[in-house]
Amino acid sequence: MAKITLDNLAHSYLPNPQSEEEFALKELNHDWVDGEAYALLGASGCGKSTLLNIISGLLIPSQGRVLFDGRDVTTSPTAERNIAQVFQFPVVYDTMSVRENLAFPLKNRGMDAAEIKRRVQKVAAMIDMEAQLDHKARGLTADAKQKISLGRGMVREDVNALLFDEPLTVIDPHMKWELRTQLKKLHQDFGHTMIYVTHDQTEALTFADKVVVMYDGRVVQIGTPQELFERPAHTFVGYFIGSPGMNLFDAEVDGSSARVGDTVIPLDGHFITAGHTQLGVRPEFVRLTSGEEGIPASIKRVEDVGRHKIIRLDVAGREVNAVAAEGEAIAADATRIVFAPEGINVYADDWRIAPRGTSA
Amino acid sequence: MNKTVNQKAWFLVLPVLLLVAFSAVIPLMTVVNYSVQDTFGNNQFFWAGLSWFDDMLHSDRMWNALGRQMLFSAIILAIEVPLGIFVALNMPKKGVWSSFCLVVMSLPLLIPWNVVGTIWQIFGRVDIGLLGYTLDALGIDYNYTQNTLDAWVTVIIMDVWHWTSLVALLAYAGLRSIPDAYYQAAKIDQASRWAVFRYIELPKMAGVLMIAILLRFMDSFMIYTEPFVLTGGGPGNATTFLSIDLVKMALGQFDLGPAAAFSLMYFLVIMAISWVFYTVMTTLDKRDGK
Repeated sequence: MAKITLDNLAHSYLPNPQSEEEFALKELNHDWVDGEAYALLGASGCGKSTLLNIISGLLIPSQGRVLFDGRDVTTSPTAERNIAQVFQFPVVYDTMSVRENLAFPLKNRGMDAAEIKRRVQKVAAMIDMEAQLDHKARGLTADAKQKISLGRGMVREDVNALLFDEPLTVIDPHMKWELRTQLKKLHQDFGHTMIYVTHDQTEALTFADKVVVMYDGRVVQIGTPQELFERPAHTFVGYFIGSPGMNLFDAEVDGSSARVGDTVIPLDGHFITAGHTQLGVRPEFVRLTSGEEGIPASIKRVEDVGRHKIIRLDVAGREVNAVAAEGEAIAADATRIVFAPEGINVYADDWRIAPRGTSA
Repeated sequence: MNKTVNQKAWFLVLPVLLLVAFSAVIPLMTVVNYSVQDTFGNNQFFWAGLSWFDDMLHSDRMWNALGRQMLFSAIILAIEVPLGIFVALNMPKKGVWSSFCLVVMSLPLLIPWNVVGTIWQIFGRVDIGLLGYTLDALGIDYNYTQNTLDAWVTVIIMDVWHWTSLVALLAYAGLRSIPDAYYQAAKIDQASRWAVFRYIELPKMAGVLMIAILLRFMDSFMIYTEPFVLTGGGPGNATTFLSIDLVKMALGQFDLGPAAAFSLMYFLVIMAISWVFYTVMTTLDKRDGK
């Protein structure tokens, strides 16, 4: 187990990157605290897998260093880093039985037979494949194969970190939930550092202590699920996390009030902004009113998703969402929306501005 | 669901039937015809029953040719398959050099059999051939027209030169179809180079390798032109393989009856072996598909 430090790390797949655009992974400094479970969240192609492969040593970064407990391993081969990684598509050794598959990483490390047997049994129970241990891995279903891949990662108990690259993509929903629970339990039992790449926010938020959100090759925010929800540091985080995502309004901010269209909205604090200014308000903080205050809006439709209702609104030609509790009545004559002041975030050129006198 | 019965549909099969009849069935039947008849010339034939088959089955000449043939096929498979895999494993994975390698390796496959025979015939000559002359100058006693071992070695090297590329190209195609994740997972699992080959590359290549072995086996089993041009089957009968012997018998000695019986048995052997290969391949496929 180890603390993993990324120092000035960046990577480009081109040999001589000229502009920042050509970097698949933009400069990054980060410590992955020993024993924490991280989720790496972002849309496809934002550099998540690149980052993972650099940590595991499958890829040598173009610049910067990777440190394990302060030891520079930037150019060390995967074997020396003692890392387990599970890939998006199942990798099994076809000609081996399930048991041999699970034992393979241990055998390659010259572990004694009794210990291998014990661990294989244990992992087989975790992935619920005890009955199939002596089957050939060839011919199993995709999710059975992926369970074996997961098992091969989990069978090594002494790893520095466990990396998962969207491992549950091919698994069916029921099994997904169960495996995720198993992974979480594994984390609690052994306290491995775990990094879990996904583009599924539910997966990220339920799995991880800390979520790292990436956008266009850059880490835009690292935080607990609650922080990501309440204080998205970048408009992408607001949009990507939450269902539906955060509403954005072009605004002029002047000290402690903002003007959206013709409406003046009081802000919770004093802001100094420059550049393209926007207000970000999560649908949970948008409320309909039939009074005189607020921004004019018209209801397009209401979707009942079970625990709450999503109200789709039209505000000056743009779609805005609001969330209402299940039992809450929606006034038919509601023509305006108002925001809860604590739910308003101010953005300049997509990055969140903290009110003056506070740090975050 | 009820099937529509329409006997006229059989007419649709007719063109194929005709084609196959003229291209395969009728020529084959003439051979069958010869194999059960004898002649003393003047185009007069009489019934001979299965006596030619009986003769052939007890003929040392045929058994010897079959023995040489088996040995030849076994040797070239034992060399070309591992060598082809080895070459494929060491070819560049992408870029200009991989295209270059592919082109260079395809070249021998494009040369007509005759020409290959001629190239090696001249190449191996002690008086003017680069190989023969060099070996001779080095003091190595080499003469493929006189020495049985030299003749065999030359024929085998010629076949390896001509056909290893085929195995290599097929194996290369098999290797290219393995997703990167397999190699990455193997690195994570700390698999040795040998384990990667044994548990990832070889199983993934199994399908194409079966095809390569089948193709190379059939082709070598029917080999005629190259050794015929190179050694003419000699010295003595040392490199007289089945096809060469058959042609000698049918056209050289004009023993049509025995030659016909010989060819039918030759054909049956090839069919039997192809069937075994086919069965093995389809079982492999089924096992994969399950």
